[in-house]
Amino acid sequence: MVSVAKTLQLRTSPHVTSGASVDLIMRHVVWALVPTALFGVYAFGLTAAVTLSAALASCLLAEWLLCKWSEQPSTLSDWSVAVTGLLYGLTLPPGLPVWMTMLGGFIAVGLGKHLFGGLGYNPFNPALVGRAVMQAAFPVGMTTWHAAFGSGRFSSVPSSLFTFPFAAPEYTDALTSATPLAAWKFEHNLAAASDLVMGFTTGSTGETSAVLILLGGAYLAARKMMNWRIPLSIFVTVAVLTFALHLASPEAYPTAPFMLLSGGLMLGAVFMATDMVASPMTTLGVVIYGALIGVLTVTIRLWGGMPEGVMYAILLANAVAPHIDRLVRPTVYGTSGRKA
Amino acid sequence: MSATLEGPTTTDEFIKGLWKENPVFVQVLGMCPTLAVTNSAINALAMGLATMVVLVMSNAVISLLRKFIPKQVRIASYILIIASFVTAVEYVIQAVSLDLHKALGAFISLIVVNCVILGRAEAFASKNDLVKSLADGAGMGLGFTFALFLLGAVREVLGSGSLFGVAVLPASFQPWVIMILPSGGFFTLGSWLLFFNYLSKRKARKAALATAEVAS
Repeated sequence: MVSVAKTLQLRTSPHVTSGASVDLIMRHVVWALVPTALFGVYAFGLTAAVTLSAALASCLLAEWLLCKWSEQPSTLSDWSVAVTGLLYGLTLPPGLPVWMTMLGGFIAVGLGKHLFGGLGYNPFNPALVGRAVMQAAFPVGMTTWHAAFGSGRFSSVPSSLFTFPFAAPEYTDALTSATPLAAWKFEHNLAAASDLVMGFTTGSTGETSAVLILLGGAYLAARKMMNWRIPLSIFVTVAVLTFALHLASPEAYPTAPFMLLSGGLMLGAVFMATDMVASPMTTLGVVIYGALIGVLTVTIRLWGGMPEGVMYAILLANAVAPHIDRLVRPTVYGTSGRKA
Repeated sequence: MSATLEGPTTTDEFIKGLWKENPVFVQVLGMCPTLAVTNSAINALAMGLATMVVLVMSNAVISLLRKFIPKQVRIASYILIIASFVTAVEYVIQAVSLDLHKALGAFISLIVVNCVILGRAEAFASKNDLVKSLADGAGMGLGFTFALFLLGAVREVLGSGSLFGVAVLPASFQPWVIMILPSGGFFTLGSWLLFFNYLSKRKARKAALATAEVAS
């Protein structure tokens, strides 16, 4: 509650606020992401630290430059761009050349956020916009995964990391490894669920440890800084769909725990799909939105050409989020029925 | 000042298509070939030139026949005239270079429904004499070719590191695959539109400043 000064004040509503601000919520999102980021650095070593720093630095720099050029008040200090930068970094494969990471950071903030009007106007999650453009531009770089828990991970970095700007990176096969989803899709190897929960698998910097992501999500949900209905709706949809498919044909489809815990589903559902600007506003709306992400993810993973589809599922659901809100708009009291 | 009383001259009609009323960057017409075939500079240039030839010829014929075509069937007549020239151009491209014909594919035939051409026929050639219609067609065609080339050049350099098939960037360059994909066409067109809008806005701002100074 904000205390009201004794002198007479004239102002418009709202008169009572909960004290929450962009600044405060975004800072808590950053804190909720810290365990995931630290685990990423622990699992992938110096490479992950460099990738995360480069992603964060490029997003902050892009925000500062674009606010300056568009002659808008700077939104650098409200932590929102720090969340974008951190999330973007966590979705990247460790070992991605620094120049690609930074280019994607500029695209994430420039194309995903400022082109649409800056903070609060982005129709898509900016971090995922950056990643999607990178995925389409550099498919090889974005799908070359370095093995987690390599022996020399704190003393050396792969040579691909510091590739000369705009030059093609060179990868040494000995260091690379397949993600659980790719291993299932192309080699029919099913990773152990316990490894997936703890994060002892290969993948993007921040997607491997399910338990730490859920911990961060639970913290945000407990502080009412995240709409927990979105991840829950996604998880339930994916679980039910996969369970039914696995029951129908156990050899063709993986188990529900594998689908829930592998790839970027956890990170995407908890931290990306819950983007406050790009997700629907109504309670029924977010449930439909979550279910849509779940269905799209399962569809792309099981029947699409690519092993992972969470990113595209969230971006597509972002695109229809305003329409979902329109569809479930509550009736105005005193009127009969909805008016389009 | 007699020129202003008589309206725009033939030269004006030619010049306007290049920049002030550029079909792609200002009128944003003919987006289908603009986005679809500009994945390399040579494809873009060929498509631009083919469209220009059709545009000039159809403008000329429509201008000559403008008094004989009944108003009620004018669109069908224009399309018939345009389609005749497109068929001729398609055979010429096939004869000159079969590779180019394969690269452009169905988009050559689709010149028939390019709204730049029908737009010029309806808005200009059906109301103006032969010389002005020729100038208008040539100007618009050149402007269209110029715009397509700008898109094609950027997309080829970034997408494959070459220009007209000749490598212009070092072999170690990492190609941006997205630039050859359709999405790259949208991004490049958007960036060029941004750039040209920035230029025209800056010009307008400068002109406003200049008049303000004169007035004060």
